[in-house]
Amino acid sequence: MIDKRCESVAQAVADIPDGATVMIGGFGASGSPIELIHALIDHGARDLTVINNNTGNGEVGLAALIGNGQVRKMICSFPRSSQSRVFPELYKEGRIELELVPQGTLAERIRAAGAGIPAFFTPTTVGTVLAEGKEVREFDGRPYVMEPWLKADFALVKCEMADLVGNLTYNKTARNFAPLMCMAAATTIVQARKVVPPGDIDPEHVITPGIFVNRVVEVTDPVHEDVLIAAGRSYP
Amino acid sequence: MSAGWTREQMAARAAQDIPDGSYVNLGIGIPELVAKFVPEGREFIYHTENGMLGMGPPPSEDERDLDLMNAGKKYVTALPGAAYFHHADSFSMIRGGHIDVCVLGTMQVAANGDIANWSTGAPGAIPAVGGAMDLVQGVKNIFVITEHTTKTGEPKLVERCTYPLTGPGVVSRIYTNLAVVDVGPGGFRVLELAPGVTFEEVEKQTGAPILPPE
Repeated sequence: MIDKRCESVAQAVADIPDGATVMIGGFGASGSPIELIHALIDHGARDLTVINNNTGNGEVGLAALIGNGQVRKMICSFPRSSQSRVFPELYKEGRIELELVPQGTLAERIRAAGAGIPAFFTPTTVGTVLAEGKEVREFDGRPYVMEPWLKADFALVKCEMADLVGNLTYNKTARNFAPLMCMAAATTIVQARKVVPPGDIDPEHVITPGIFVNRVVEVTDPVHEDVLIAAGRSYP
Repeated sequence: MSAGWTREQMAARAAQDIPDGSYVNLGIGIPELVAKFVPEGREFIYHTENGMLGMGPPPSEDERDLDLMNAGKKYVTALPGAAYFHHADSFSMIRGGHIDVCVLGTMQVAANGDIANWSTGAPGAIPAVGGAMDLVQGVKNIFVITEHTTKTGEPKLVERCTYPLTGPGVVSRIYTNLAVVDVGPGGFRVLELAPGVTFEEVEKQTGAPILPPE
């Protein structure tokens, strides 16, 4: 019987090599797979390219991964926020690369990779500096910018419920990029608040079908980035 | 009290121009205030680009759900009829022309409808664009709410933007502390003056030719 469970977050991320491209779900704090990120910090893979909407907050989760010197390059739409300090400091010192991608283009590039579409045309960035050097083509008399797909070796995401074959449901706005990243990564690793037998999730309610998921690890009481930051915590 | 509109009054005035039943996306800052001034008898459905339609007001401490945030990363609530979806669906709503109105703040807006609200282009600044470029290209009507000038008195309504553009030729209407301004083929035109404000004052504080109310 198919059973995609891993015993621990450590086991789930153990084969992520140096130099890997890793998508990490979440929009700010909501949906951030903190336990998987902390396991990746413990594991120690370096020289990573990380894809996320932001660059983390405080000194936990994604910000801690960056602060630990494991990230060579960030691909994101909004690299600064009120509580992000780690990335801005490294960026100003020239110690980390940034590829800035508008949020909708970031989502669609990830979706396109999962859908097997190598590039698409979008009106977003037309007439701006972010379109410089990119192919522009007219459709129905309006210009559009070509954007390539965005793939990854691994995706780390958080969900609400997973069954043993990897079907997933999410909780509210914690969903955000996760279903797209599950599709776009060669290996998708999911932390679920609850893991259930096949059949316990109504097939009509499945958001991410299990075909996009490789590993599931149960984290029954996941910590939330905002709670850790409010408590003044840092990792490791 | 000085002449002109407060931020709340600017937001309330903008809300008057949003038709009943509109799907609306509100930018961070003054635009968020629009939600407090929905005109009597109308209903707007709020979209937040991190994956929700039917966004409601901020929660009480007891109601707060750590997995329920808006694009400004503030905690919000879900109204009856709300829906959650992933980011590609959310930006399909934006880019696909399904959202009726987007209200944005800005650094500069030009007489040809260009908007610059994401970066000053200053060397060493960390660029951050978020969903701004998707919104201005995809949403049917782009409204701007802004003070008429910067804190140092520089015009924000200009002939041509000097900051890097978010999008060219996209803004249709501007709500400032001094006036409601239409952006059309002839450039800026005052639609309505705030109480106690003269057209000459607006003209003086605008960095481009501006037409008087018809």
